[in-house]
Amino acid sequence: MITAEPRHLESRYDVVIAGAGPAGMAAAMGARERGAEKILLIDREREAGGILWQCIHHGFGLIHFGTELTGPEYAQRCLQQVIDGGIDVLTDTYVYDISPERTLKLMSGTQGIKLVDAGAVVLAMGARERTRGAIRIGGERPSGVLTAGLAQKFVNMMGLLPGRRVVILGSGDIGLIMARRLTLEGVEVLGVFEIMPHANGLNRNVVQCLHDFDIPLHLSTTIVDIRGRERVTGVTVAPVDEAFKPDMSRAWDVDCDTVMLSIGLIPENELSRRINLRFDPVTTGPIVSSTMETTANGVFACGNVAHIHDLVDFVSRESLLAGRSAGEFATGKRPPADNIRLMPGDNVTYCVPQTVSSDREHTIYMRVKKPMEECTIKFGDIYSKKLPYVFPAEMVTIKMQAKFLQKFHGDTLRVDVVKRG
Amino acid sequence: MSDQHIYEYLCIGCPLGCHLLVDDTEGDTEGVKVTGWGCKTGKAYGEQEHKDPRRNMATSVRVKGARWGRVPVKTTGTVPKKLVRDVARAVQDIEIEAPIKLGTVVLANVLGTGVDIVATRDMERL
Ligand code: SF4
Repeated sequence: MITAEPRHLESRYDVVIAGAGPAGMAAAMGARERGAEKILLIDREREAGGILWQCIHHGFGLIHFGTELTGPEYAQRCLQQVIDGGIDVLTDTYVYDISPERTLKLMSGTQGIKLVDAGAVVLAMGARERTRGAIRIGGERPSGVLTAGLAQKFVNMMGLLPGRRVVILGSGDIGLIMARRLTLEGVEVLGVFEIMPHANGLNRNVVQCLHDFDIPLHLSTTIVDIRGRERVTGVTVAPVDEAFKPDMSRAWDVDCDTVMLSIGLIPENELSRRINLRFDPVTTGPIVSSTMETTANGVFACGNVAHIHDLVDFVSRESLLAGRSAGEFATGKRPPADNIRLMPGDNVTYCVPQTVSSDREHTIYMRVKKPMEECTIKFGDIYSKKLPYVFPAEMVTIKMQAKFLQKFHGDTLRVDVVKRG
Repeated sequence: MSDQHIYEYLCIGCPLGCHLLVDDTEGDTEGVKVTGWGCKTGKAYGEQEHKDPRRNMATSVRVKGARWGRVPVKTTGTVPKKLVRDVARAVQDIEIEAPIKLGTVVLANVLGTGVDIVATRDMERL
């Protein structure tokens, strides 16, 4: 492993970053680039790198590094940059409080309990997986029910198999990837059950992780009951109607010893909630400006903390911006404040950042509510762009130039995605 | 009357997921006919996927003397799709010893494919 433990923890840093996953590592590089000198990157795990170490499959880095990498390779490249950049990395350390004056309370395996003052803070804690409690499946409470990400850590890092006969609930990418992974380890994957009428993961993963191994994908179907006293012994699955109500007359039983959940991620914002930030009820992350600054002065947020991304490459790009902004803030530079609020309209779930400034170019990330083909995205009447398709599972990225925003004279700009013709 | 040989593929080029139909009734000499695509990417994918489907493979192997019990590995290039399971099986009993450097060859020329299995991260010795 690559380590960069600071021998001596300072009491004040220009920029302190909570979370050393891909978001935190890119933010550190951004801060360094903009002249921040003392930068501290903190992680509660024993090694920096975040979830990427366990994502051993291919498919990362095409956008950010211009070459296809596995997760560990992507993590190691980022971490090498961080170390070459002279950034202090403090692992095995938990940030458990933050004040509006940007004093952080740390609890560290090596340093004990410490207070650190920060010129600027970047919140980069990532996300965690939704668990059984989030979707209320009925039945007993045996062991053998776990999230796909936990199963991934067991198999890929610890060499443990979660079970022998597995059913997967939810067709998110991690679930599909794990269906293939478990199959290659000799586990029987009995099927993937998805309540929506379409798969939530990439087509690439549906083909290469399920079709290649003859693993059935049951759409518009869900688990209604989990059985077993000590250990899972089986589940009951049933097709659902348009209102997602199970049709019990067509239910069937599947014998299995493990239920793996791939039902989405939740931004991890316990630390963010220690200060009085404003949150977006849709993303559940902090509301951020076009510099990725939250509603607290000098506190920035990026990556899955702000909204759930599909690609780590976009996490890196967004976090580089957050880090640059934090570096500028810490060195006393402030860009002009945002003057336009983006308001999600028809078929738009959310936009990040939530506000923009008409004096410069922005990358705007957004998600749609429902799939649509042959559509147009409209920013009020100042800008529109044709899109061949949009899907809820795929983030839409729009580069918005200042010259369009300058045509707008209100303060709230509505964003719609509408069908053409 | 000649037999119809039509195969179905799901295009992975974009989320539209066009259902491609590949007709190789004419055999390889005439080339295959791909229909159902929404763009050129799909046509090329259909031809490639029908003639010579290939995949990357990633797994993890046992490691001694490290913080973790497994170190991640990958194929350095694609292998024929039908060999993916065999390639995974060929590495499953390998055990290596820390420290390990990213790129260390764990198994050269796996199953004669010309592709190596390499470690995808550094792992220090504890
Ligand atoms: S054929 Fe073109 S439009 Fe259709 S799924 Fe493939 S890439 Fe997308």
